[in-house]
Amino acid sequence: MDALYFWILATITVVASVLVVGQRNPMHSVVLLIVSFCALSGLYVLLGAQFVAAIQIIIYAGAIMVLFLFVVMLLNVPTEDPPTGYHARLFGGAGPRRVGAVLSLLFVVQLAWALRQIQGAPLPSRAVQPSSDVETIGLKLFTDYAFAFEATSVLILVAMVGAIVLAKKEKA
Amino acid sequence: MPFGITPELIAQITVIVVIFHALLISAAVLVYMERKVAAFAQQRYGPYLVGPRGLLQPIADIVKLLFKEELRPRAADTALFYVAPILCATAAFAAFAVIPVGADTTLFGLLDRPIHLAVADVNVGLLVIFAITSMGVYGIVLAGWSSNSKYSLLGGLRSSAQMISYELSYGLSFAAVIMLAGSLSLREIVGHQEGYWFGVIPQWYIFLQPVGFLIFLIAGVAETNRAPFDFPEAEQELVAGYHTEYSSMSFALFFLAEYVNMVTVSAVATDLFLGGWHGPILNSLGLGWVWFVIKLFAILFFYIWMRWTLPRYRYDQLMEFGWKWLLPIAVINLLVTAGVVVYFGPRFGW
Repeated sequence: MDALYFWILATITVVASVLVVGQRNPMHSVVLLIVSFCALSGLYVLLGAQFVAAIQIIIYAGAIMVLFLFVVMLLNVPTEDPPTGYHARLFGGAGPRRVGAVLSLLFVVQLAWALRQIQGAPLPSRAVQPSSDVETIGLKLFTDYAFAFEATSVLILVAMVGAIVLAKKEKA
Repeated sequence: MPFGITPELIAQITVIVVIFHALLISAAVLVYMERKVAAFAQQRYGPYLVGPRGLLQPIADIVKLLFKEELRPRAADTALFYVAPILCATAAFAAFAVIPVGADTTLFGLLDRPIHLAVADVNVGLLVIFAITSMGVYGIVLAGWSSNSKYSLLGGLRSSAQMISYELSYGLSFAAVIMLAGSLSLREIVGHQEGYWFGVIPQWYIFLQPVGFLIFLIAGVAETNRAPFDFPEAEQELVAGYHTEYSSMSFALFFLAEYVNMVTVSAVATDLFLGGWHGPILNSLGLGWVWFVIKLFAILFFYIWMRWTLPRYRYDQLMEFGWKWLLPIAVINLLVTAGVVVYFGPRFGW
């Protein structure tokens, strides 16, 4: 039964992610990305990590994607036009395209190699479930990873102050 | 029995089906209640023609909506225009899935093992509710954007700005209760509220968290886009806000979502602050869920009462209130609660 759920959710994740890139309308891309995130959160539930699943939806699907949606909506770009002018020559010419093709091919090879390496490794068993417990995560955050946690909070604070400064600029 | 089908499984599925339909019906009941309370507040009769005392009015409304023509603006984004109301209604229903409506029960001894009176018992239930509610914003934003109409777009933008602003205070008032109960599971939080202080005062969190309860109620009104915070559909300015261009069943879905969201917010308030299904007499008879329903409708009545009593705020007042008053108070409430919990321990020695 778990395997069936896994394949359904994994298919949704992959198909939605591929469609994100394939859409002409950026608004549709954003919505498909949300779908992909939700399916991903379903996969976390299958792993017994309910806390991570809920956080995935609250932070990524809920908060960050709303920002994406707003930016795309307010920029009001109905369709993505092929680039013209200087940028077209810079990124859209024959040379850059060939480089891009080689790079993506390399990426596929790397991915295939990585997946082959993983094959032999043991899968994490569901009996362990260290990450599902809210208390465990909280203790880890404030003891082992206290520095990373505080550094991240400072980073976010800096971003917030920066945003306020930028927004207030005109009045000063 | 074959295929792992046990009486418990059948009972659990029945409970799920019953809860789903109870939600649907409660939306219809709320429509009737709202119209009657509004009429009372305005010294009118309200609906009284369809059925005895107008009781069948919601059904007439639904039938009317079903037979309306489904309209779509030519310039609308077809796919998103149709997905948006479905998203709204789905999020509204899904959020209710983790809310327990009663203690675990054996259905008066019919079953060997007790079952949960909830669709799902999730140990991070509160987070799940928070996550799914935040998904409801998309339905509204997408509806506003895809209609390709200025009123819809403005309504959608206002609504999402409002929901995102008030979600913070909403979440912080949750957090204070989580600290007291030491759990994210709604079932356990309700479990902590059993019993009485000095034999009379029930141990509900509303008495420990009066400020938290007020913040939750106010933020809840803003979250469900109801008066006095119903800016997304401020008639004088925006026609009908994000659902201006919707008709027929699509409109009905938005309508349904609004009422189901109201029920969900009230149900969470009942479980978090009003002791859920705990109350005298009925609980020992295995009918605790009756208390739950009574408390639920008391809060719902409060919401309706407020809508027909208070005028709508101005938009800048709403934002100022949310960010400059509600959020700081919620943060202070959280800090004080944290201090008290650390100093005295979560149960205050009782």
